[in-house]
Amino acid sequence: MSLEDYRQQPRVFAAFALPTLIWLLLFFIAPLAIIWLYSFGENISLVEIKTTWTFDNYARIFQPEILELLWRSLWIAGIATVVCLFIAYPIALVIATAHPNKKPWLLLLIMLPFWTNLLIRTYALLNILGTRGRLNDLLRWMWETSDALLNRIGLGHLELLGTSFTPLKMLGTPSGVIFGIVYVSLPFAILPIYSSLERLDKSFLEASLDLGAGQWKTFYHVLLPLTATGVVTAAIITFIPALGQFLTPDLLGRGQVDMIANVIERQFKRANDWPFGSALSLFLLYITFVLLAIRSFYDASKANRS
Amino acid sequence: MNRRINTPITRRGFLAGTAAVGVSLTLPKAFAADGKVNFYNWDTYIGENTIANFEKSSGIKVQYDLFADNDELFAKLKGGNPGYDLIVPTNDFVERMLDADMLLPLDHSKIPNIANIDPLFMDRNFDPGRAYSLPYMWGTIGIGYRKSAVDGVPDSWSHMYSSEQYAGKIALMSDATTVMQMALKSMGKSLNDWSDENIAAAEKMILAQKPNVAAFAGDNGQDLLLAGEVDLAMEWNGDILQAMDEDDDIGYVVPKEGGLLWEDTLCIPKGAENIENAHALINFLLDAEVGADIADFVYYATPNKAAKALMSDDYLNNPAIFPPESTTESSEISVFPGADTIRKIEDAWTRIKAG
Repeated sequence: MSLEDYRQQPRVFAAFALPTLIWLLLFFIAPLAIIWLYSFGENISLVEIKTTWTFDNYARIFQPEILELLWRSLWIAGIATVVCLFIAYPIALVIATAHPNKKPWLLLLIMLPFWTNLLIRTYALLNILGTRGRLNDLLRWMWETSDALLNRIGLGHLELLGTSFTPLKMLGTPSGVIFGIVYVSLPFAILPIYSSLERLDKSFLEASLDLGAGQWKTFYHVLLPLTATGVVTAAIITFIPALGQFLTPDLLGRGQVDMIANVIERQFKRANDWPFGSALSLFLLYITFVLLAIRSFYDASKANRS
Repeated sequence: MNRRINTPITRRGFLAGTAAVGVSLTLPKAFAADGKVNFYNWDTYIGENTIANFEKSSGIKVQYDLFADNDELFAKLKGGNPGYDLIVPTNDFVERMLDADMLLPLDHSKIPNIANIDPLFMDRNFDPGRAYSLPYMWGTIGIGYRKSAVDGVPDSWSHMYSSEQYAGKIALMSDATTVMQMALKSMGKSLNDWSDENIAAAEKMILAQKPNVAAFAGDNGQDLLLAGEVDLAMEWNGDILQAMDEDDDIGYVVPKEGGLLWEDTLCIPKGAENIENAHALINFLLDAEVGADIADFVYYATPNKAAKALMSDDYLNNPAIFPPESTTESSEISVFPGADTIRKIEDAWTRIKAG
């Protein structure tokens, strides 16, 4: 039985799809429906929530502090996505153009971080980025070495590097959080770009170069448009999880750079305000839907053009 | 002893249903037979031989079970008592459980060792006359600090809340209620006075200090202190005691304005089936020698006066375990302020986080 036969055999198709459907229904649709009901509910005691179809929880999203945190989540996720794309594209290009023998190894290197738990990797980052961390150890060593060098050549009295070493503050700052998100998301950004580069017909590039376009022109007018789908996929697959990042702002942000997911977490735990937490998480889901819709429109318009 | 880690004031267990089902499967009714008692306690929170000694002297078999935090305890009992006879909730959860009508009154006539308890502990607002709970261990929230990095003992909350002296070297906790409570203490107010003005004043104070705060540390203030990332950390005394064990340069002080006092208590939950035996076990735990044995192992402060008399000077003179009397007098026990106030506090906290 070939794959196409499934289309003529709806019952066989159903038999294979049913477990997945039941799984989705039980562990995705049903919990989501409960959250949806909660989002229109009110706490009536310490332990009970009643769905009263109030829009209060959604209205609370438009408090200035929540909007501020949403805005912060958007721009942090946005910057992280852009940084990811700039780093990911050249890496994907290198892998796609590498010798076929080396490709699996390069891809393995990209996947390798997934073999270690995210929590452990984030703690490792804490160790590297701290004011007493490894990165600052290195910077301190560089400062001391150059300062000693300046002293030796008789320029010490000018104090060109300042009187003492000031450690770089990464943790508890937006840049530290962005660094963490880029670190976590990079593989997700590389893989879709890589796969679109893989599928690319290389003769387009040869034609462009043969016909007199330079390397940059070829990249900008031929390569980039032809791999745009991969770039958009990479952007979405980076941006959406980044928007809902919880662990990175919690640990690398040290509670100073909270994003919206940290507020949601607090509603479900300490604040004991499940209705508001539900409304907030669904709001985040709606944003995701909008982004995916934009993506579909993009694909559709592209299909129309060609 | 790190069980204190991440034990905030206002959390809710959210696994009620599943937890209760899980336990009822593992705790069949057979345990309700005579000569048994089901004891539900924190991890590493009893003497090494306490249970065995009780079984030997009383002939009662103890089914000993562990929970990780108050949330877990609350969650397991929320959907109905799965069979526990003796539990160890913290003071504000005693209040919460009383609110939800989850505890049985204690028969003091069956617990003669109540006489061993320091009278100071016998009247608490969260349980007047100790009708439902008896004290097991207690402790404080204060400031852990790096001795070599501070100028004298940082014995005021103002170092953390309103001074730039240690800018960038301060770790507050991440729990809204506790951090706001200590802000209130630093202003000389009661940590249970949640008037709107007080919430606003605390919010303003923390917002202004936020740039000087290195971290709102969830469960790792002592780690930041040990790593040298901060020099002052607001923490549970047990966590700092642990850090002091590793590093002589670390000290602990409850500021002169006072801090937070917590107390873990012995309670019998509704639905308990071995009430007599639970009383016997409570009485045993409050015995002088047994209490001393437990305190010596868990290294928390015991409210048992008779047990204290048997303890070593090392334990009694450790200010991280027993703060001086002046500080315990200025410190307060947290009262559960009700859901509406919690929401106000959490909203203020969101504004602090957004600012």
